[in-house]
Amino acid sequence: MKELTRKALDVVKELGASYGDIRIVETRTQTIRTRNGNVDALSSTRSKGFGVRVLYDGAWGFSSSSTLTEDEVVRVAKEAVEIARASATVKRDKDVVLSPVKPVVSKWASAVKTDPFSVKTEDKIALLLEADRLMAGCKEVKVRIGSMACQREDKIFASTEGSYIEQTKIETGAGIEATAADRGELQRRSYPTSFGGNWATAGYEIVEQMRLLDHAERVSREAVELLSAKQCPSGVMDVIIESSQLALQIHESCGHPIELDRVLGQEASYAGTSFLTPEKLGTFQYGSEEVTITADATLPRGLGSFGFDDEGVPAQRVTIVDKGIFKNYLTSRETAHELGQVSNGAMRADGWNRIPIIRMTNISLEPGDWTLDEMIKDTKEGILVATNKSWSIDDKRLNFQFGTEIAWEIKDGSLGAMLKNPTYTGITYEFWRSCDAVAGKDEWELWGLPNCGKGEPGQLAHVGHGASPARFRRVKVGVGKW
Amino acid sequence: MVGKKLLGRENALDMIDKLIRWSPGDLTEVVLRSDFTALTRFAKNYIHQNVAESDYRVTVRVIFGKKIGSATTNSLDDDSLKEAVEDAAAIAKLQPPNEEFEGLPEPEPLPDVNCFVPETDSFSAKDRAAAVKEVVEVAKERGFEASGAFSTRSAELAVGNSRGVRAYNASTYAALSTVMAGGDGTGYAEASGRDVREIRPGEVARVARDKCAMAQNPVSVPPGEYEVVLEPLAVADLLDYLGRAGFSALAVREGRSFLAGKLGQKLFDEKFTMWDDGLDPRGFPIPFDLEGVPKRKVMLVENGVAKGLVYDYATAKREGKKSTGHGGFRGWGPVPANLFMGEGTATLEEMIRSTKRGILVTRFHYTNMAHPLKVLITGMTRDGTFLIEDGRITKAVKNFRFTESALRVFSTLDMIGREAVRVERTVVPAVRVPAFNFTGVTEF
Repeated sequence: MKELTRKALDVVKELGASYGDIRIVETRTQTIRTRNGNVDALSSTRSKGFGVRVLYDGAWGFSSSSTLTEDEVVRVAKEAVEIARASATVKRDKDVVLSPVKPVVSKWASAVKTDPFSVKTEDKIALLLEADRLMAGCKEVKVRIGSMACQREDKIFASTEGSYIEQTKIETGAGIEATAADRGELQRRSYPTSFGGNWATAGYEIVEQMRLLDHAERVSREAVELLSAKQCPSGVMDVIIESSQLALQIHESCGHPIELDRVLGQEASYAGTSFLTPEKLGTFQYGSEEVTITADATLPRGLGSFGFDDEGVPAQRVTIVDKGIFKNYLTSRETAHELGQVSNGAMRADGWNRIPIIRMTNISLEPGDWTLDEMIKDTKEGILVATNKSWSIDDKRLNFQFGTEIAWEIKDGSLGAMLKNPTYTGITYEFWRSCDAVAGKDEWELWGLPNCGKGEPGQLAHVGHGASPARFRRVKVGVGKW
Repeated sequence: MVGKKLLGRENALDMIDKLIRWSPGDLTEVVLRSDFTALTRFAKNYIHQNVAESDYRVTVRVIFGKKIGSATTNSLDDDSLKEAVEDAAAIAKLQPPNEEFEGLPEPEPLPDVNCFVPETDSFSAKDRAAAVKEVVEVAKERGFEASGAFSTRSAELAVGNSRGVRAYNASTYAALSTVMAGGDGTGYAEASGRDVREIRPGEVARVARDKCAMAQNPVSVPPGEYEVVLEPLAVADLLDYLGRAGFSALAVREGRSFLAGKLGQKLFDEKFTMWDDGLDPRGFPIPFDLEGVPKRKVMLVENGVAKGLVYDYATAKREGKKSTGHGGFRGWGPVPANLFMGEGTATLEEMIRSTKRGILVTRFHYTNMAHPLKVLITGMTRDGTFLIEDGRITKAVKNFRFTESALRVFSTLDMIGREAVRVERTVVPAVRVPAFNFTGVTEF
C-alpha cells in the first residue's frame, strides 16, 4: 500500500499540486436484522477504494476509485488535479491556506474486548430472535424488529507533507423495537434507543452489556400501553429530558452549529449555516451556568473517537461551552486558518469515495450534581420525555422541535401518567439558558449515532454524545393539533 | 469524465450469469450497480468542493429453501466475487428459515426506456465550472452570494436471478441547485433531469436571485393557522411523505398505514389525484425495480378516492397479486418512488389573488414525520416565505415552523396549479390550502 500512496503523491506533486493526500480505506460490515420472528436481513458487505485530494492553484480537487491498481491510482491522481484546475476557474479572491500540522507516522487501533466478527453469527441471530419472541406477547404489536451490526474499518492516510497513518476502528451496535397499532393509533417503543439502537467504538461486549432480553417484554408492553395513553398536554412547562433524547438535542442544537464550515457558509446550499457566528466566540451566552459541553475525540468507546482525523490531525478534547459561554468551534485545517487558529481535528470522510468535511466527534454535556430522582421531586408541574421519535431544526439551528416515543407527567414532585405523542419546541440558546439541573456522572451515558447526514454528495458520520438527564424550565410542549 | 468504465449490457449480464453459476443455492439473485458521480459545490460565489467517484457494487443473495444470505462487494475480480458468493452461502446456512420468503420473480418483458444521455455522461469538470460561473455571475449582478451544487451521474443497474430474470439499464442524472443570499434574505431554485442540456444555469440562477431580492426585510408574523400557497418544492415534500406513509401494501397489511381498511374510500379532496409511474419521462424513468420486475403505473388516488397500493414480489404473491415493480427495499417493503400529482387549472398568480391573508411558501426544510398514521409532519419554511394580504404579496416574513397533517392538506386543498414540475423524482404543481398550521417562528 505504501507504494500506491507514494505513487499518488508523486503524481500530484509532479503536476504542480501544492498539497495532496490519499486515503486508502477498506471496510467490512456485518448486518443482521430480525423482523416478526424471521431473519429479515443477514448481510456481509466489503468495500475498498481510495481517494486523492489535492490543492492546485489554491483550489481543491478530489477523485476516487474502487479499483486499487497502480494504473488507476495514477489516473485518479491526475483527475484530482484536473478537477482542481476547474475549481480554480471560479476561485475565491484568496487561495486556500491550510493551518500547519506536524507530519505524523503512526498506527492507531480502537480498543476491543471481544472482536464482534469472532462471535458466532448463529449466537447473534439467536439473541435477536429470543428478544423478538419476548416482544411477541401482545397481539397489538404488529412489527417487532431486532438489529445488530458491526464494522471494521482499516484506513491509511498519507500526505505530501510526510504523514503516513494507519488506523483500525471496530464499531458495534444493536437495538430492538416494537410497533403497536390498534383502532387508528400507532405507537413505537425501542431499546436502548430508537433508529437502530446504540452504537460504540467497541466490540461485542457492548451488546452483552445492553441486556436486550431483560428489556424486550417492557418495550413491547409500553408500545401497547401507549396506544391508550393520555395525549401529551399542550402548554408551557418544565421538561426533564432523559439521556438518549438529550444526546440528539445536543447533536442538533450544539453539534451542528459549532461546525466551522457551516459557520463560514460552506454548507449554505444544503443543510444551512449557523447562528453561532464568529463574533460570538468567547462571549456568547449559549446556555446557563449548568451547561458545559465538550468535544472529545479521545473518549473511550465514543462512536466519534479516532486516533487522527482525515487530515492527519491528532484526536483532541476541546471545551465547546464552558459554564454557558460559547468557547470553541469544531475545525479543519482550512477553516481554522480563517480564524487564525490551528485545526482541532474534526475532519472526517464517509469512506474512500468522499472528501473529509467537519464532523462531530463526541459532543457531550458534562455531568452536573443532581440525580434524576431529585429533579423529579423538585418539579411541581412538568413532563419527563424519553427516546427520540422525530427531530427538526431550522437552517441556522435555532428553532427546533423534537418528538419522543414516550413521556410521563410530573405533578408535585412525583411521576404520574404515561403520555403519548410528546413533542417540545424552542429556540436553541433560550432553551439551553433555561437548563437549571443536570444529573451527575452516575447517570451519564454515552450514545453512538451512526447516521449523521451532511454534505453533497451525502455523507453519513458516526458520532457520539454523552449526557445525563437534565431539566429545562418553561418549555413549550405538545405542539400542533393531535 | 476521465477514465470512466461503464460495464455495458453484455459484461454486466455475463457477470451476473457467472455469479449465478458459481452459487450453490437453490435460488440466487444478483444486483449489480456501477456509479460514476461528479459534483461541483460552490459557496459564497466560489467553488470550494469538487469531487469525482468511480464505484461498483455487486450484491448476491444465495437462498437455500427459505434461508437467505446476502453479501456485497465493490471489487469485480473473480476472487472477490467468488468470496461474496461463498460469504452469502455460508451465512444463509446459519439461520432458521424465513417463513415470509415468497421466492424470486420470474422474467417478464421489460419496457424499453431510454435513461442514458451521452451529453450528460461526457459533461466534464470544466463544463460544471462554466455552469457554476454563470450562476455566480447572476448573483454578483445584484451583489448576492450564490451557494449550491452541480452534479452529474452515470450509472448502471443490472438485476438477474436463477429463475431467468436478466435486466439491465444505464442511466444518467444531472442536477443544479442554488441558494442565493444577500442582505437579510435568501432565495432558492433547482433543476434536474436525465439530460444535462435541460438544465439552464442562468435561468435557475435568476429564479433564485429574484426570490432573494423579494425576501428582503422579513418581518415576524405570529404563528397560527393561515391560508397557504405552497410552491411545487413544498408540495413535493408533503406528497413524498403521504406516498411513503400510506401506499405501501406491506404497511397497509401491518396496520401501519392510514389506508388500512380504507382503500376505495374518498379520503381526499375530489380535485386531488396522484399516481406512481416509473416510466414517465417527466420524472426519472427507470424500466424495472431492484427485483428486476417491470415498473407499472399505479393509480394511488383518483378524484380523492384511495385507489391502489404499490407491491413488491413478496407482498404481491401473498395477496395473489402481481408486483407493480416497487421492490428491493427488503424489510421496508414496497415504496412508491416516482410520484405524480394531477394538475389543476390555476396559475400561481390566481392562487395568490384568491388569498385574503396567507403565506406563500417556496420550500420546506428539515421535515420529519411526527406521527405516521396521521401523516403529521413538522419542518421549517426556507429561502423565500412571504405574506399575502388581500390577494397580493406584501412583504417577506421570517421563517415558520409548521406542524401539519399531509392528510389534511390534500383533503382540504382548494386550488391546484396548472403546471406540474419535476422536483427530483416527484412531479407536482403548486397548491392553495385554506388552513395550514404554523406552530412557531424563527429569528430570520
